[in-house]
Amino acid sequence: MSIKNMTYKVILSEWQLIRLAGTLKIPIFVKRFLQTKKISMSKVIKIKKGLDIKLKGAAEKIISNVQPASTYAVKPTDFPGIVPKLAARPGDKVKAGSILFFDKLRPEVKFASPVSGEVKAVNRGERRKILEIVVDADGKNEYEEFGAADPVKLDREQIVMKIQDAGLWPCIRQRPYAVIARSQTEPKAIFISGFDTAPLAPDMDFVVKGNNSAFQTGINALNKLTRGEVHLSLQADNPAADVFTRASGVSLHYFKGPHPAGNPGVQIHHIDPVNKDEVVWYIQPQEVIMIGRLFEKGIYDATRVIAVTGSEVKKPRYFRVLGGASIEPYVMDNVNPGELRYISGNALTGSRISKIGYLGFYDGQLTVLPEGNYYEMFGWMAPGFKKLSVSRSFPSWLMPGREYKVDTNLKGGERPFVQTGEYEKVLPMNIYPMHLLKAILVDDIEKMEQLGIYEVAEEDFALCEFVCPSKIEIQSIIRQGIDLMIKELE
Amino acid sequence: MNSLRRFVDKIKPNFEKGGKFAALQSTFEAFETFLFVPNHVTQKGSHIRDAMDMKRTMIVVVLALVPAVLMGMWNAGYQNALAFGLERTVPGNFWFGFLKVFPIIVVSYVVGLGIEFMFAQIRRHEVSEGYLVSGILVPLVIPVDTPLWMVAVATVFAVIIGKEVFGGVGMNILNPALTARAFLFFAYPTFMSGDKVWIEGLIKGEGIVDGFSGATALGQAAVNEPQILNTTGEVMTGMDMFLGIIPGSIGETSMLAILIGAVFLIYTGVGSWKIILSVFAGGTIMGLILNAFGGNALMEIPFWQHLMLGGFAFGAVFMATDPVSAAQTERGKWIYGFLIGLLAIIIRVLNPAFPEGVMLAILLMNVFAPLIDHYVIESHIKKRLKRVKISTNT
Repeated sequence: MSIKNMTYKVILSEWQLIRLAGTLKIPIFVKRFLQTKKISMSKVIKIKKGLDIKLKGAAEKIISNVQPASTYAVKPTDFPGIVPKLAARPGDKVKAGSILFFDKLRPEVKFASPVSGEVKAVNRGERRKILEIVVDADGKNEYEEFGAADPVKLDREQIVMKIQDAGLWPCIRQRPYAVIARSQTEPKAIFISGFDTAPLAPDMDFVVKGNNSAFQTGINALNKLTRGEVHLSLQADNPAADVFTRASGVSLHYFKGPHPAGNPGVQIHHIDPVNKDEVVWYIQPQEVIMIGRLFEKGIYDATRVIAVTGSEVKKPRYFRVLGGASIEPYVMDNVNPGELRYISGNALTGSRISKIGYLGFYDGQLTVLPEGNYYEMFGWMAPGFKKLSVSRSFPSWLMPGREYKVDTNLKGGERPFVQTGEYEKVLPMNIYPMHLLKAILVDDIEKMEQLGIYEVAEEDFALCEFVCPSKIEIQSIIRQGIDLMIKELE
Repeated sequence: MNSLRRFVDKIKPNFEKGGKFAALQSTFEAFETFLFVPNHVTQKGSHIRDAMDMKRTMIVVVLALVPAVLMGMWNAGYQNALAFGLERTVPGNFWFGFLKVFPIIVVSYVVGLGIEFMFAQIRRHEVSEGYLVSGILVPLVIPVDTPLWMVAVATVFAVIIGKEVFGGVGMNILNPALTARAFLFFAYPTFMSGDKVWIEGLIKGEGIVDGFSGATALGQAAVNEPQILNTTGEVMTGMDMFLGIIPGSIGETSMLAILIGAVFLIYTGVGSWKIILSVFAGGTIMGLILNAFGGNALMEIPFWQHLMLGGFAFGAVFMATDPVSAAQTERGKWIYGFLIGLLAIIIRVLNPAFPEGVMLAILLMNVFAPLIDHYVIESHIKKRLKRVKISTNT
């Protein structure tokens, strides 16, 4: 037997062996082994810096069905840099795909209702800033008709128009600045991250399952938007879903390493970095599928699968929802008692919402954590066996496989920059994080440009913020720098 | 614990704006956060945070200093016993040293923290934890016989001129503890150098054992003694230096105690191993070069002994690694540390009037650290620009 195998290895090339394994019905673990072989032959990009934060409450791979939410909302605050102008008033009847508001600065960027029903309210904050446009679902599931079309047969203009009219354009974002893509400029490439490494992140392979055709149609449309390549990044360790591996018209990249390896910003940096005067676009897999559905069915179908996660969720699992849904039905009777924080998105970058709040536009995850508004006596001195820290001054690093229940306590007071070298350990980019932050704090545009402001987004610095012993709000500083760049240069 | 919390909550309103003691708000806050990690929750950005904070960072350094403190206390008693021909047990020596060193520590903390609290109140900031470390470093780098009022004056100078004028912790250019040391060295040289200051009671000079000398190893080499002797007139061995049973500043003599601290600092990741390693590398290389030339007693001290004398190890592990005054880029840290090691040995050997080479080298490199960082960043920017050129060419 073993001699026979040896001869095979000599006679057949590895590729032939893989093909042979496909035709012969050999056990799955052998296939897995061969698949990893196949990956190792293409170039794997190894990310060394970073940190996987292991929290309690990862979603079980089951899609639960509950009575869908009755209210939905689109939140202008999800889109940095836009000035919302209302296109619908409270009382208006809308269908899924009807425009609720658009960007005053770029009127072609429109935002659509995910559901059919009636506009219930426009909630405003300080200085009448629009926070949410709420729609009451009528349960009829009526859609605006945009007409099905094969993107391969359309030109770039038509594709852009179609996506914009259906309110799907905000799905496509750009670097620099991590804002909604400017449709006039052609990007040098488009990036899709096929995996998410954030704490308790949904398993993207599970989430996209069964959407092969819509994903492919979406890719075809994206390929028309750039003359460059459409890059799809996958995890090297796990065999990815066939939705990804069988897609044509994409160039595949494999990444290995801890968070933030799954961030598009990090992937762009390692595949085809953004220099001054260059633009790349990026989009998430579920959004590619939504664009695919638009071209296949002619409708704005905001259906997506979200992971409801966190230590305070009784049964963390997946749900099929419409984007912008109120989280009420998914957390009702499904969370532990006590004061809780509901986060649309992951624990590092998500936004805080109420227990009847609405999912963010880009979020495929809901995280529920305990609030940390308590005093802890001598907490900074105690050994802290149950505390999560990258620092070895806590004994918890002795238990590497452990999952942590972490609350929202700040765990210290805010201080000036003191400790150095901590950010560098969790930022896998050729960027000096502290010097970039200091350049932003003194509004030094030239230095910001030289130190890489064009390549970064808040989310890439989320881990720096997490580890910062001075408790500095780093993500806010990054956005402040980006805002200044936009103001000065556009 | 709950009753303490209730008490703190009860008196808290007095210290808030409009309260009776509003002028002491920062002070109150400092004590409150010392007792309890505050109930603040994350507002913006990441919802979860690492449990590490500035207080913990500082307490790690203080813990790393404990072996040096204990060893220093014992050595103070031991050297005193040798000088006066007294028979004392190990605890007896320690107790003697404790009684001498502890008041210095108390003065350093009370004066330093007092000024910190005052400035925090004026600026309406929270009190920063930086002085937790400086407060213990200052006593460890001065001779045991330093008068307490001098400790107080030096602390005032270091905290105000070394730190607060720049804007407080995180903004200072020089290491505050070394600023205090340098102040004393230049203001009161007779108390900071010579043969008599290192051992308690020597200055008074009564009842000293015949033939006893309180000269340090570097002090002896500087006057070209053919052989370096310990206090009782025997040849000073490498082991003496390693254990630290030699005259010197309170905390700097024992290489062993310092190494224990170094291991702790590196292990917890609080101290930069790059700086520590490169200081020793710089010192070794300069020591080897000078050994190769030879010529006088100082140059002939074997390079490995140089690393154990004159506070070299203490400076490398606890002073050079201060993140605020050191280089802040990772590549800068290598250069910064290496130059400290190099300069420390050059200064102490080539200018025997300054056996304090380590202190001066670190202060000098503190000043140059931003320049090192500047060039590291410039080369980084150049590399990034090169990337643009490559990508536009292809």
